[in-house]
Amino acid sequence: MTIVLETRNLEKRFGGIIATGNVSLSIEKGARHALIGPNGAGKTTIINLLTGVLPPTSGTILLEDKDITGLSTHARVRLGLARTFQINQLFPDLSPLQTLGLAVSERLGYGHDWWRVTGSKPAVMAEVVDLLERFHLGDVMEDPTAQLPYGKQRLLEIAVAIACRPRVLLLDEPAAGVPEGEREDILAAVAALPSDVTVLLIEHDMDLVFSFADRISVLVNGRLFVEGRPEEVAQDPRVKAVYLGEEAHA
Amino acid sequence: MLLARLSQDEVTGRFVGRAHWHPLEVLFWVGAFATIWLFPGKHLILTEIAWLALFALSLDLILGYAGIVSLGHAAFFGFGAYTAALLAKHEIVNEPALALVVAGLAASALGFVSSFLVLRGTDLTRIMVTLGVAFVLREIANQNGWLTGGADGLQGVTMQPILGLYRFDMFGHNGYVYCLVVLFILFLLARRIVNSPFGLSLQSIKNNPLRAAAIGVNVNARLIAIYTIAAGYAGIAGGLLAQTQAFASLAYFDFERSADLLLVLVIGGAGYLYGGLIGAIVFKFMHDYLAVLTPQYWPFWIGLLLVVLVLVGRERITSWTAPFRRLADRLDWRRARPPGASAEGRQR
Repeated sequence: MTIVLETRNLEKRFGGIIATGNVSLSIEKGARHALIGPNGAGKTTIINLLTGVLPPTSGTILLEDKDITGLSTHARVRLGLARTFQINQLFPDLSPLQTLGLAVSERLGYGHDWWRVTGSKPAVMAEVVDLLERFHLGDVMEDPTAQLPYGKQRLLEIAVAIACRPRVLLLDEPAAGVPEGEREDILAAVAALPSDVTVLLIEHDMDLVFSFADRISVLVNGRLFVEGRPEEVAQDPRVKAVYLGEEAHA
Repeated sequence: MLLARLSQDEVTGRFVGRAHWHPLEVLFWVGAFATIWLFPGKHLILTEIAWLALFALSLDLILGYAGIVSLGHAAFFGFGAYTAALLAKHEIVNEPALALVVAGLAASALGFVSSFLVLRGTDLTRIMVTLGVAFVLREIANQNGWLTGGADGLQGVTMQPILGLYRFDMFGHNGYVYCLVVLFILFLLARRIVNSPFGLSLQSIKNNPLRAAAIGVNVNARLIAIYTIAAGYAGIAGGLLAQTQAFASLAYFDFERSADLLLVLVIGGAGYLYGGLIGAIVFKFMHDYLAVLTPQYWPFWIGLLLVVLVLVGRERITSWTAPFRRLADRLDWRRARPPGASAEGRQR
C-alpha cells in the first residue's frame, strides 16, 4: 500500500510542555485511520500541525511524498488535505448555499474571480446541488448558518470539507455535541464518505471508532503509544490500562 | 430520501438571484440622477453627498465585507485629494477625469503598501495602525509646505474642463453630474465585486478567517486586494472633493473625517453597499438642517442618533424594516418564492 500522509519525528513544544513528542505516523491510501487518546493527549495539536495552523518545533510532514511542513493552510488544502473542526468553524452569516458555493469555487480556481456572479458557473452549481442533497441541507440552503439546528451545522461542517475534494480528510470529532436524534445523520454521512478519500478520524466516541476504523493509533501525553488493527488495540493490555480501562468502568 | 430532488436550475436561480437588480435599487438610482434636474439649487450639497457616499462605500468594502476596522481611512482620501490637486496645479494632468484615475491609482499604491500593516492583529491593533498612518501622512503634508502649501492648504489650483468640454461652474452643476457619474460607475464595479466569488470569500474571512483558510482561501492575499481597491475608492472620493473645490487642505487627513465616515456607515448600515450612500444622505442633510435649526447643538443630535443606533442595534433595525423588505420582495417577480418558504435566508 502507498502512504499518503506521513509525519516524521514531529514535535511541538509550548515552552517547556511537549504537546506532540516525536510522532511518526503513516497513513495508507484509502485508510480509515483513527487517532484516539485521553483528554489532553495532544490529538487536536496534531491536527493543527498537519493542517498548518501551528508550525512544528521540529520534524516533517509529507503529503504524497511531498514535504508540506512549511506550507500555509490554504496551500495544503489545494494539495488535497482538508479538515473538519471539533467545534464548528463555519460562516454564521452565510447560508449553506453560499458556503458550499464558495468552497467549490475556490477549489475550481474561481476564487480570484471578482467579475462574474458566484454560482454562474454550471460546474460549480452541479457540485453544490450534489453536496446539498448528500448532506440533507437542501431544505435549509438559504438560511444563515447561525440559525441552523446543531446537527445540520455538523453536517455542513463535513460537507464543506468534502467540497474541497480532499485526498486526505481529517475529521476532528464529527459527532461531538450532536443530540441523539440528529446523530444518525452524522454517522451515516461519515460512513458514506467516498472510499478513495483517506480519512484520519480523531474521536472520543469508542463505538464510532470501532465501527469505522480499520487502523487505530493511540496517543498518550503527546506520544504515539500503540498502533494496530482495532482488535489488536482493543486487546492490548497497556491500552486497556491507560484508556479503555477508564471507558469500560464508566 | 425524504427530500424532493433539487433542481440545479432552481438552486442556481436562488444563488444568482441575489445579484439581480432589485426594483428599489433601480428606483434609488433613477432618483439620484433625477436630482440633476429636480434640485438644481441643491447641487453644492448634493456634490458633498456624492463624494462622501463614495468615501463611505470605500469603507464599506473593507469594514462591511472584509471586516477590517479602520479609523484612518482619511489617509487615502487626503492622499487622493492632494494628488488630484497637485496634478491640476502643476498642469501635469490637465483633464480632470484622467487626473482622478491617477489619484485613485496613487491612493491604491499607498493602500497596497499599508495593507501589510492591517493583515494581522485584532480590531484594536487595526484601529491604531490605520489611525497612525493617517497621522503620519498629515504630518508629512504639513512639513512639506513647499509642495502642499502646509497649514494654509494647497491654493492656486485651476481646474480645466471635464473631458475638455464641461467647465466646473460656480453653481456646481457640472461638478455634481461629474461626481454622481463617478459614484455610479464605481458603485457598479463594487456591486460586481461583492457578488463575485472574490466578494463572497471576503465575507467568509470576516465571518471566520480560520475556516476560510481551511477551504483554500488565501486570506492575506484577499485582504491585501480589497484594501488596495478600497484605498483607490477613497482616493477618488478625495480627488473629487479637491477637484470640485479646486483646493486641498490638511483637514482632509483629519481624524474627525475618518470618525465621521465610520458614523456615516453606522447610520446607513454596513455590508450591503447602500449603507454608505444612505448614511451620507442622512448625515449631510442632518448636518445641513440641524445646523440651521440649532447651530450650536448639531453634534448633540448626531451623538444622540449614534447612541440610539448602537443601543438599539442594527439587527433590530433590520427586523423593523423586514415588513417593508418583504413587500419589496413581493414586488419583485424574480424573487417570487413558493409560499411557506422562509423569507429570511436571502435577506441581508
